[in-house]
Amino acid sequence: MSDGKPPHSLDELEARLRKARDAQAEKAGPSRFAGAPQGPIGVAWRIGVELVAAMIVGVGGGYLLDRWLGTAPWGLVVMFFLGAAAGILNVYRAFTGLGYATGYGREEDNGRPDGDGH
Amino acid sequence: MDPLHQFQINPYVQLVIAGYDVSFSNSALFMVIAVALIYGVMKHGMASRALVPGRLQSLAEMFYEFVANMVRDNAGHDAKPYFPFVFSIFMFVLFGNMLGMIPYTFTFTSHIIVTFTLAATVFVFVTVLALMKHGMHFFSFFMPHGAPIALAPILIPIEVISYLMRPVSLSIRLFANMMAGHTMLKVFAGFTVLMIGGLGSIGFLAGLVPVAINIALTGFEFLVAFLQAYVFTILTCLYIRDALELH
Repeated sequence: MSDGKPPHSLDELEARLRKARDAQAEKAGPSRFAGAPQGPIGVAWRIGVELVAAMIVGVGGGYLLDRWLGTAPWGLVVMFFLGAAAGILNVYRAFTGLGYATGYGREEDNGRPDGDGH
Repeated sequence: MDPLHQFQINPYVQLVIAGYDVSFSNSALFMVIAVALIYGVMKHGMASRALVPGRLQSLAEMFYEFVANMVRDNAGHDAKPYFPFVFSIFMFVLFGNMLGMIPYTFTFTSHIIVTFTLAATVFVFVTVLALMKHGMHFFSFFMPHGAPIALAPILIPIEVISYLMRPVSLSIRLFANMMAGHTMLKVFAGFTVLMIGGLGSIGFLAGLVPVAINIALTGFEFLVAFLQAYVFTILTCLYIRDALELH
């Protein structure tokens, strides 16, 4: 070093770096990520994907259940409505700050990093 | 002129094993290229182990730190053992998306079967992890806390569907974004050809408009390519966190 001070040892540097990083992480808080680029297009993408995926799983699952158990058309009918409910529920969850919790999230548990919060 | 032509699978080596078509196609070729590139970057980047990193080492370290931070922030400290899995997923998806941005390449992440296989791997991994960590207690989270027991016959199937939805929504998000972006680029490029063909000399000027839009779209596509790899990985992290903590 040009200023005459003894060079810091690597361990010391490492310790200082870690301290600075921790302080920075504390200041920034948990990352607030909602699973998609924010803004209207991101929101639209997310709702669309959730609903389509729910319908694929619901209707596809219902169809397979019918083929397996021979209960046509009741499996398809029931699973269609359950799939639609699951899709809407997931969109609701996504936008009330529960993020991607599936089933095991409590309403008051809003500390998830992917949630929007209120 | 067909904007969907770019997604066509062309088998190079015909192979059928036990009735399944496992031909080596352009899709497989680019997966191999992606894996080879990842291996090359990481291996060469870390070969020198310099204190002041060179360009390639910086790149390798950036990838590592980016994913390590993501795992720490989103999956928790207990998720450290699963870092290699998350890192592999991220690098494969990122390189698949980015390779697709080079002209004349094939974007394997634009095929739903590829993204679904990746998502299903994540899904099976996370489910097995949760079962191993929590045993039968795992099934208790299909019943929301505090809901009346009378609603269980409706709530439990809904929760099971939402759980099974994960790999589907994960794969649709990635594949749809990649396919839509690449199709859009081709459609706008096609407009230029149509204008020149239809309007003659004025068409040469008018044809510049879609070219300008395409330049902007290409930049946007690079953003999407990175963002979708990021989203895919962060959701993997969140699922691992759910499997570890179960709330």
